Amino acid sequence: MKVSDLAIQKKEDQELVALAQEGNFGAFDTLVNRHEKRLYSHAMRILQNREDAEDVMQSTFIKAMEHLPQFRGEASFSTWVTRIASNTALNVLRKRNGLESVSLNEIVEENEEGFIPHPEVIADWRGDPSKIVEQRELQEILDEAISNLPEKQRLVFILRDVIGMSISETRDALGISAANVKVRLLRARLALRERLTYRFEDPQKRHLKTHSHDGDEEKSTSAKILFQSYLTG
Amino acid sequence: MKCEDLLRMLNDYVDQDIDPGICTDFEVHLKGCNPCKVVVDTIRKTIRLYKNDEVYEVPIEFHDRLHQTLRDRWKKTMDENKEN
Ligand SMILES: [Zn+2]
Repeated sequence: MKVSDLAIQKKEDQELVALAQEGNFGAFDTLVNRHEKRLYSHAMRILQNREDAEDVMQSTFIKAMEHLPQFRGEASFSTWVTRIASNTALNVLRKRNGLESVSLNEIVEENEEGFIPHPEVIADWRGDPSKIVEQRELQEILDEAISNLPEKQRLVFILRDVIGMSISETRDALGISAANVKVRLLRARLALRERLTYRFEDPQKRHLKTHSHDGDEEKSTSAKILFQSYLTG
Repeated sequence: MKCEDLLRMLNDYVDQDIDPGICTDFEVHLKGCNPCKVVVDTIRKTIRLYKNDEVYEVPIEFHDRLHQTLRDRWKKTMDENKEN
């Protein structure tokens, strides 16, 4: 119990876990400090509600505390606690959605999606977004874009691209097929890309609908049609 | 490879989960098709912006409450373990 605060803060997660398992609260507390911001951000992205995200944080760390004696370090502490947090958040979401929770699990035809992101705007960005807008504005833009996604796409994107789960982990977490994970992920990525392009595009570099690239009119038109048929089909 | 094929494999390419041979075809197509190249580039940038996203600050009063709750729980669990 007598490891100094400073010494604790310098330790790797793995060492802190070992200390916490021996009963050192300071070590556990440091682990919480280290991971709470990331997990809170994930929970906010999933639930889009502060109270719910706070509840998820509290249950996550209580569960981590309770199961710490069984933690054997097969995965890193970070991965382990992230898994607890995302499962907890998804359960809150299922409960909150009530009857709709079924839709999280069932295999639905993707045609039912309300929002289909046609790649209308194809343009390179005018620079690094974190340099062309202020941090606060960037966050607003990212929030706005992601909260406009249908829930099914949003969840897949968050689990896969934000939290960094694999396709099969995402499939298991949401109880949908891997094929559905992939389709939803593609739609989400395309939709977000499109929204962000509206904000960050370099108008000089926009490919207009009638624009033919490389002097190949046929190729350009067919690309557009194929994009659309792929997304709607 | 056509634009359609490329779109179908966009995820696999972006996630680098693609056969080396197909990857070469993919890259040949990108060299000759600027719209596809721009879509791939801006999708990558989009993912990067959201990745490792830690934009939300934990509200300070919640942070304090959380750590107090955990401290109380910890103590309680320790005391119970001692009794057993
Ligand atoms: Zn193309």
